[in-house]
Amino acid sequence: MILLVVEHANGKVSKSTWEMVTAARELSQQQSVTPVAALVLGNNIAAIATEIARAVDQVLVADLPALAQYDPELWSAAVAQIAREGEASVILIGGSRSGREYSPRVAIKLDAPLLEDVISLKISGDKKLEAQRYTYLARVTETIETSAPIAVVTIKPGVFNPATPRAEAAEQFDVDLTLATSRLKVTGKTAERSSRVSLAEAEIVVSGGRGVGSAEGFTQYVEALADQLGAAVGATRAIVDAGWRPYSEQVGQTGKTVQPKLYIAIGISGAVQHLSGMNKSKTIVAINRDAEAPIFKIADYGIVGDVPQLVPAILAELKK
Amino acid sequence: MRILTYIRQVLDAEESVHVANNAAALENSKLVMDTMDEYGVEEALRLRESGIEAEIVAVAVGPARVQDALRTALAMGVDRAIHVETDTRLDPIALSKVLAQIAQQEDATLILSGGQQADWDSHALGAATAERLNWPQATWVSALELKGTTLTGKHDVDEGSETFTLELPAVITTQQGLNEPRYPTLPNIMKSKKKELRKESLDGFEVTPKLNFVSAGIQVKNRLNKILDGKDAPAAASQLVDLLRNQAKVIA
Repeated sequence: MILLVVEHANGKVSKSTWEMVTAARELSQQQSVTPVAALVLGNNIAAIATEIARAVDQVLVADLPALAQYDPELWSAAVAQIAREGEASVILIGGSRSGREYSPRVAIKLDAPLLEDVISLKISGDKKLEAQRYTYLARVTETIETSAPIAVVTIKPGVFNPATPRAEAAEQFDVDLTLATSRLKVTGKTAERSSRVSLAEAEIVVSGGRGVGSAEGFTQYVEALADQLGAAVGATRAIVDAGWRPYSEQVGQTGKTVQPKLYIAIGISGAVQHLSGMNKSKTIVAINRDAEAPIFKIADYGIVGDVPQLVPAILAELKK
Repeated sequence: MRILTYIRQVLDAEESVHVANNAAALENSKLVMDTMDEYGVEEALRLRESGIEAEIVAVAVGPARVQDALRTALAMGVDRAIHVETDTRLDPIALSKVLAQIAQQEDATLILSGGQQADWDSHALGAATAERLNWPQATWVSALELKGTTLTGKHDVDEGSETFTLELPAVITTQQGLNEPRYPTLPNIMKSKKKELRKESLDGFEVTPKLNFVSAGIQVKNRLNKILDGKDAPAAASQLVDLLRNQAKVIA
């Protein structure tokens, strides 16, 4: 059995889950059609279970008040238990921050290797798994291989094509869980307040760096262009450190990794830490005053010039 | 109490990466302590400076050169260091077995480790070590306080951040924003030379990795590099929008 742990938010199956479904289906076909089971953890998740039933062969549901909030110990215990009971050979977990937080615990519980943040996955030889992943700030692609009959895998978001739902729905089963105790007590939450599309799921990202001049400049150029294009907003570490933008918008090594169809970098010089968070974007556009800025080396299209002149001109052109 | 701070030695971010013999080649490159781990060292020092009685031990696993990163930690103010010397490259799950055993031998109650490794780009070591010790964890911590045996702090989650409390023993993974790591001063560098740096062999830890490193390559995506002159802003803007609409077809 291939076990896929469903990522969901706001009553919907996340895009990352549909990408995991693609990875699971590919593996399933290589392994003489091993069934794919989806595990849904949460509370009031009937709609999610119904939605994912059109993607897999079996849906396992743990709909419990205790699972209303994600917790690394609860999640890892639940996933390991279901993997053991179902004799899963591969456990697929999303490469979100939480997925990458609880997956190592699952691997230790199952005495399995962890293939972390992979961009490709296949069976190699005698049922072992081979995967590729980015290392060295996304500058190197490494191939790794398991030497165990079972593996825990986290799938890098935005790499696999999202699967399309099938016509028929798989059967749903409620599972009994032995719940772990959560020892991390959450005392408060600050949600990312944004009316815009989230960075992880956006098809277009408009980002700004020091070259936008000020926090006001960011609003005037980056946010205005993002709103015009229906894009998510990103920022460099330098301007997050300067307090112009919240950390939740930071793209790069210590922020988020994005891989949109279009990435527009405004006033960003292109430090390697920033590039590691966006250098896999399909099309990259750079707007910067300095023709020597490293960002131009990885840009498909660029304009060398002043942000305060260029961005309003682009906005005017888009509105024509 | 005893605090362990796990340290990695990585390629300086400003250096370019080279690949040879199916792995990243680090010889002849500038190597530094992983910035993410530096936040952990600094935080341990700050906890002690806030009045907590603690011995701080830096731990590293790797080839002989890794001791340079441990020397930096000692110069920053860590009390002593343990170097598990090996040329075998260990994945984080295997590595956590070493770190967990050292934590037990040292009777540590707090482990600090970087949230993401700058070389292997992994998040796994902290959580894997916590699981082996049956300790709780908080990852991506950007603020931390310790009163008695209770940690309070703030950390990043999928969409936003949370404040939390946690009882020791625990694992904390550190990141940008937690603090500004200090530079070692000359007197402290001199003092650090007298501090203990204990060498251990990997053999005693009974580590059997289940992950093999097969190959590494540098893939450079070919970019169009069509760079326009922006002196005439409306003309450049018009050309760019046309290219994005009709050549790249990425906007409507």
